[in-house]
Parts: sequence; structure tokens; C-alpha cells
Amino acid sequence: MADKPFIHPYIPNSVPATKQAMLDELGLSSVEEIYAEIPDRLRCKVPLDIPPAILAERDLRRHVQGLLDKNASCVDYLNFCGAGCWQHHVPSIVDEVINRAEFVSAYCGGDYSDLGKYLARFEFNSMLGELLDFDGVANPIYDWGDVAGRSFRMARRITGRDKVLVPSHMSPMRLMEARTLCQPEAMAGSTKIRFYEWDRETGMVDLDDLRGRLDDSFAAVYWESPGYLGTIEAHGAEIVKIAHEHGALAIAGVDPITLGVLAPPGALGADIACGDIQGLGMHMHAGGGCSGFIAFKDDDPVFAQECPLELYTVMETATPGQYAVAEALAERTSYGARDQGKDWVGTASGLWTIAAAVYMAVMGPQGLKELGETCIARSHYAAKLLGEIPGVQIRLSPSYFMEFVVEFDGTGKTVAEINKKLLGHQIFGGKDLSAEFPELGQSALYCVTEYYDQADIETLAAAVKVVTA
Amino acid sequence: MSETPHEKVARLGRLRREGGVLHDYRAPRWDEPFIMEQGLPGERGVLVPLAEDDVTAAVGEAADYIPEGMRRGAAPDLPEMSQYQVLRHYLRYSQMTLGMDLGSDISEGTCTMKYSPKMHEELIRGHKSADVHPWQDEETMQGLLEIVYETGQYLKSISGMDAFTLQPGGGSHAVFTNACVMRRYFEAKGELDQRDEMITTIFSHPCDAATPMVAGFKVITVMPDENGYPDLEAFQAAVSEKTVGCMITNPEDTGIYNPQIDKYVEVLHDAGALAFTDQANANGILGYARARDAGFDACHFNLHKTFSSPHGCEGPATGAYLCTDELARYLPVPMVTRVGDAYHLDYDRPESIGRVRGFLGTWMGVIRAYAWIRNLGPEGLKEVAEISVLNNNYLDNLLMAVKGVSRPYAEGHRRLDQVRYSLEQLKEDTGVGTEALRDRMVDFGIQSFWMSHHPWVVPEPFTPEPCETYSKDDLDEWAAVIKKGSDEAYADAQFVLDSPHAQPIDQLRRIEAMEDPKEWAFTWRAYKKKILRRT
Repeated sequence: MADKPFIHPYIPNSVPATKQAMLDELGLSSVEEIYAEIPDRLRCKVPLDIPPAILAERDLRRHVQGLLDKNASCVDYLNFCGAGCWQHHVPSIVDEVINRAEFVSAYCGGDYSDLGKYLARFEFNSMLGELLDFDGVANPIYDWGDVAGRSFRMARRITGRDKVLVPSHMSPMRLMEARTLCQPEAMAGSTKIRFYEWDRETGMVDLDDLRGRLDDSFAAVYWESPGYLGTIEAHGAEIVKIAHEHGALAIAGVDPITLGVLAPPGALGADIACGDIQGLGMHMHAGGGCSGFIAFKDDDPVFAQECPLELYTVMETATPGQYAVAEALAERTSYGARDQGKDWVGTASGLWTIAAAVYMAVMGPQGLKELGETCIARSHYAAKLLGEIPGVQIRLSPSYFMEFVVEFDGTGKTVAEINKKLLGHQIFGGKDLSAEFPELGQSALYCVTEYYDQADIETLAAAVKVVTA
Repeated sequence: MSETPHEKVARLGRLRREGGVLHDYRAPRWDEPFIMEQGLPGERGVLVPLAEDDVTAAVGEAADYIPEGMRRGAAPDLPEMSQYQVLRHYLRYSQMTLGMDLGSDISEGTCTMKYSPKMHEELIRGHKSADVHPWQDEETMQGLLEIVYETGQYLKSISGMDAFTLQPGGGSHAVFTNACVMRRYFEAKGELDQRDEMITTIFSHPCDAATPMVAGFKVITVMPDENGYPDLEAFQAAVSEKTVGCMITNPEDTGIYNPQIDKYVEVLHDAGALAFTDQANANGILGYARARDAGFDACHFNLHKTFSSPHGCEGPATGAYLCTDELARYLPVPMVTRVGDAYHLDYDRPESIGRVRGFLGTWMGVIRAYAWIRNLGPEGLKEVAEISVLNNNYLDNLLMAVKGVSRPYAEGHRRLDQVRYSLEQLKEDTGVGTEALRDRMVDFGIQSFWMSHHPWVVPEPFTPEPCETYSKDDLDEWAAVIKKGSDEAYADAQFVLDSPHAQPIDQLRRIEAMEDPKEWAFTWRAYKKKILRRT
């Protein structure tokens, strides 16, 4: 390549004549004269340790696809693992819309030039608000664990109290993320995370323990429904009541795809909801499909004012009947106020909100209701078949949406061993819980969504029977 | 036909030079109602699988498994719409989104709006990427892990650093990761109660101030000296035994490269503090300057800027964080490692900060970055930098000839990848400031420019970044649009102030909705309750 000019299809001005014409116009002999701004001692003196270019598109495509083909996907295998990232069917129309070049390539263009993006974003907020029964929905950011931590910090700012109470069976991964945001406890501004217990028989929160631990020093009580272990929390309204008795906020962590059949956090009286929209039309992308939301009642402006994420309001224009969407309360974000703002915002998951908008629009109320019924029915069918296998038992309450705990202690085998063997059957087994929840023994969290049908479930059960025998 | 194709090219070239309108552009205006207002009861957009009869016979009614009080009462008020009508609606929205692919997005400086190759999109949309579950056994995701590991090696070489993580979900998230790594470093040394101040500069991105605040630090912001560099004396004065470190950009938003950057780092190291550089805008220095060579302990890149991953209406995005061996032990779990020919996820890192993001990260961006780096190779990456710098200086030459435009600071010094200009003179002369010009330029089919992060240290700012993607013609056109706007301002300021004139909607009204609790409506249901009810 050294003896030929480097002309690249993504770099039009790499054509030598063009480059020369531009240099001539600037009165420069080479771009080096501009790089003189970087003193010699700061210049990179070594060649980049990067392999030679694979120039032709066809060759590059073959190379990268070759690497990706080493993966086994959840299309190649049957997948019964969820645990925070769920395999639902993504309607083709969702991909069609979000793969439009305009949406893929847009960034922070103005209210007029990128209008469609803002309208779609407002529609996402509006439809998610309907699912949650909340008037205030903020622009999502990284994922559920992140917005859980941000919700805790938001509650701290609103109440002026520095502790939050969370169930000890909340998702360990989400807890880890929240801890990073809440700071080490020795720091003056830290938000302290305290725990209340859960019922080892049912998987529900332990209300007595919650009552015993809560006092007027807590900013918020958090719970998850369905919880990490799959259980639909039966005591949501009660948790809210207990929290409010102590002047604490009630924060619900929810998977919105369940809300076609489950009571929404708004109706339960929660003050803030957070969760992940990944199920609403995102492929899993090894977890990259996640995106965390924060929503609130908006009956008191303090929730919007202390919300750390961007907020968008609908507006009108000079033409009657015409709507626009613009950022509200921009001054309180990190973009408006730097270190005086509420946490920070940044590029996170904008395209996913459009995907979720399309998803909610095509699913509609009936689609989400049917999806919920199918998830419940098929997951219970899977649990029934698995529970019939010798040595295998289903733990916790039968009130679950699509995920349930399967205990293998009676088989004498570990979950790790079973999952390895299931790979031989082209099956991804459930998430191994043995390290996270040793009290559940050799248990795995299985997930069955609408994506897998009766035959797939029977294939799973047959394989588990073989590998546990 | 009075004009031959050749004559047309010549005429357009003349127009460009003279600041004429190149495209007789009118944005698509669909007058499209919100989707919440469309459809009719009973319509369906997609049908979902129903439980089989055998399944229902075996388990009974789904509703019976929902605890009392947890069954949804009223159905959510979502659209009931057929699929074609939903598709058409969102296609219309996409048409009313200029984005980068259509909008010659030299405009959004600090954002590096480069071309995102379409082939990469095919790679990430396939099931070998899109339909991989994050908890899969690592043996079933070796391809993905290899791509991540190798991309990490390339970024290490580009930055001079020793270790990497690709877990952060965006640039600001990587910057936050740094604040947490520094926090953990001093926590481990037992100095956290002594050190609680982070230093940044006003021309560094807002996240360099906001994320250390979230991590629990007080933030000291250094202002520029008369040349636009962070004031070295003020910087020295800010550093003390309380200092955690710095989080600063170079070149800053102004495009000015600070030639003494290593001196700032020295000041920090002498005080036992750490130095991080925000390299969201690394496009102009690829292969030319490395964070490590200036003494920095850590840096980050935005894979959706410098490394070609598209911006996707503000994400998903990937932040790459890199650091020295000394800090590597604090990186988030899991780390991607290689032993022999096999790749692993290493969770056994007791000194780690924990997690900043769930699962593994947003690796679509990594796949694209990997493909992009492999496509360009080491020489190509330097060519990217060189052309982006050349483009910027070429555009600068054109813009500085436009009446009302100035370029504050560092007279006589060339900028690298971008420039922060001021329209103060234009505003003073005509009343047309940067916001009005921004709303006018879109009438020519050019994306609206990025003005500046807040606060506006440069008055009436705008910040273009003509990265390597843009042709000489594109640069000429962009400058012509700014010249056209300036000419219009001097001739008929009111016309510009009334902009836009060729957009999907007209000027915004009810501005108070942005601040007033009685007026804002974050959702359609809120709008119906608050605004529609009263009219």
C-alpha cells in the first residue's frame, strides 16, 4: 500500500489531487504543518500495532462474519435463560423502522430538522406511560440496574434522607450497578442501601420484616415485580402503604411487557417506577438491547425537577393543530448545569425507544394481554414437565409470569454440569443461581416466553430428563 | 432542456462559491397525527402465539396464577392499529428526520458525525450478533469475545494504555467509569477521606464535571486563559493534597490542542493525583498523539464517534475505557481475557469497582468498531485523522471569510478536528444570533449545527466538525449555507428570525411548557388532562 495512494471509499478527500487542491487553497505544503500544533515530545513515535487493512468490502464481510459465526445464537439453540434479558419475538416491522437510515444516523439535530425522532420519542413516553399508569416518563438511559440506582438517588434528593430499603433478593447484577452509583458509604453524599427480607417459600417480600426495618430515616422502599426470581409480587399496594406511612417514596422495579395482564405501578400507588424496555421489541444483542426507564406520577413537580433523565414535552407551533416536541427543564440536566445538575445524561439508547414505540403500537392492549397469558401458560407448562423429572423440583410460589426457579438438588448434579450437557442438545438452560442464592441449592432460573412453543418445551423437558438421569 | 449536465455542475459550483442555495429543499411535511389518536377499536398490528390446547388443559387459566390485586384492571390505552398503518406512520416520522445520512452533518461538532458503513449494520443485525443471550456459556460466544478482545488491543495501541473495558454504555458512561476507578484507587490507598476534589475545565464535556459529582467528588472547573488554554496557574492553584485527579479534554471543544498538556499531568502526579483525558473527540489525533505519551493514567473513546458506530437517535452507544496497569485491577467485571486461543469472561477480580452496566456492554458498537479499524488498518487510521484535520482547516478558511463570524482564542494557531466559532458580531449587527441561524440553515437540507455545551463561554457559539466523511464539495456547500444565512441576516434579519421556512412544522409555541408544571406534558395522557381539557 505504501507505493500507492490510499484512496478509501469513506474518505473522499483522500484522492491526492483533491487533497493537494485543498492544501493549495490553505497555502500549506502538507497537513504536517497543522500537526505542528502538537509538540514533538507529545507525538506518537511508534507505529500503531494494528493488523494491515482488509480493504475490500467483500473480504472484510467474510472475515467479521466468520468470527461471528463462531457464536451459537438463540436461533441456533433453544434458549430458556432470561434473568434480566429476555428473548421475545421481535416483529419485523420493528426492525424495519429502526433500521431506517434516518433513525440509525440521527443524533441531536434540532427540533425542526429531526422532528420525526422527537415525535416518536414522545409517543414512546406516552405509550409507556399508559402501560405504567404514570403521566411522567423520562428519556431512557443505559439499563435497569442503572435506573434503579438513579431512582434511589432521586428519592434521596426529594426526601433529603440518605437510605433506601431494597429486598435482599433483588437482582444481584442490578444491585451491583446501583451500588456503583450510590457511592461507598464513607462518602458524605452516599446513598446507603439497606435490605429487607423475602419469604424463602414463596419468593414474595416479607412484609413483617419490611415493617420492622423501616423508619422515618429512609428515602424510599424499592421492590421488583416480577422479581429477579420470577415471582409476581403480591404485596405491591401494601409495600406502598407501608412506605408512605414513614414518609418514604415507593419505587417499583417492573418489566413493562408484563403490564398487559399485571397491575401497573401507578395503580398500585407507587411514586416512581423504573425498569428495562428490552422486552418491548429489542433483540438481546448479548445484553446490548437493554435500556432503563424512569417514570413518575407527576402530581408534584418535584419529581420532574429531581428526575435525572431528559424530559420531553409536547408543544404546539404557529400553525393550529400542529404539534412539536421539545426538551423540558433542560437546565437541571448535566448538559444544562454540569456538576450542579441531577446526575448526568448522555448518549444511551435512543433508537431502542423508537423500537419500543413501534412494538407497543403493533401489540396494542390485546397483543400484550395475549402475550402475557401465553408467557404464563407456557412457563407453567414447562415447570410442570420439569417438575415431573425425578430429582427436579420447582421452588417458590406458582405466581410467576415467565421465569421460575428449578432446583436440581435431588439429581445429585450441579446446574453448571446440567447446563454444559444441555449445550450438547443445543439448549441454553436457565441462569445458574447457586452462587447468587446458595439457600436455593443447585437451582436455575428458567425462562419461557411466547417465543417457544409446546414442542420446544417438550424438547427441553426430554433433554433435562436425559442429562439429569 | 436549456442546461446540459456539465453546465449544471458548473452552475452549482458557482452557487456554492457565491453562497447561493444549492438545493431547492423542502422538508417532507406529513401533518401526521400522533399514533395515540389513530386506529379503531379491535384493529390488530401483530398477532402473538397463543397457548396450545394441551398446554391450557395441563395448567389451566393464566389469570389464576396472578395474585389477587395484581391483575390489571382497565386495559392500557394503547393504539389499536393494523400493521400497515403503523408502518406508514413511523416511515413518515423517519422522513421528517434529517439525521446524518441525509443531512450533511458537518454541523454537529463534538459529535463526529462520520459515515457508518452499511455493511456493519448487516453484521450486527444477523442472529449471530442480535440473538445472543448475555448469560450464554462463554464457549458459545467465542466469536463475540474475540472481537471484543481484539478491539481492546487496538484501542490500547491507539491510546498507549495497558488495559481496557468495553462495558460502558456510552461516552459519558465511560467517563463515569473513570471517576469510579479513581475513587476505588484512593479508597484502596485509604486516602478517600482526604481526597475529594476533581478538576476539570470549562471546555471539557459536561460529563467531565457531572460524573465525578455523581461519584461523590467536589468539582473544580478551571476557566480558559486569554489564549483559550486551561489557565495553567489556576490549574496549579487548584491542585492540592485533596485532589483526586483531573478529567479533561484535549483538544478541547475549541479544537485547540494544548501543547503543554503534559505539564498539567505532571502537576497532578506531583501531588499524588491521577490524570484522565476525555477522548470523545479523538478523530484528529488517531495515530498522531496518544494519551499515555502525555502521561495520562486513563482515557476513553466513544465508539459511536471516532470509530464509526452510528448515533441511532442518541444510542445505543459504546464507551471504551482504557487505563494503565496500575488502575487495571479496578476495572468493572467481567473483563474479557484470552488464555491460549480461548476467550473468557473474568469475574474473579476482587478489587474491581463492580459494575457500571448490566451484562457485558453494548457490543454492537464494538463489532462495528472492529470492522472499521480492520478496514482502515494503521495507515488508514492516520489518514482519517489527517483528512479530518485538513477538512477542518479548509472549512475554517471559508467560514472566516463570512461576515459576522469570528473564531475566538489562540490567534495564529490552527485547530485540529473542530472549531468553536462565534456569531457575536452577526448578532450585534443584525439581531440574528446562533439559534436563529441554526433554525435557518436546516431550510437548505443541512443538519442544524451544534452550538456549544453550557455555559456559553464563547458568545453566540457554533461548532462544526467536518470529519473525513465529507467531500470538498460538501465543505463548500456547508460554508455556502452559513454565508447565505449571514447574507440574509444583513439584508432582512426578520426573515431569518422567522425561520424555519421549509420544515415539517412551523415555529414552536407555548414555550412555557418547557418550564411550567401547569404547562408541561411529558405524555399524551398528561396533555389530554392538562391542556386539551382546558381548551
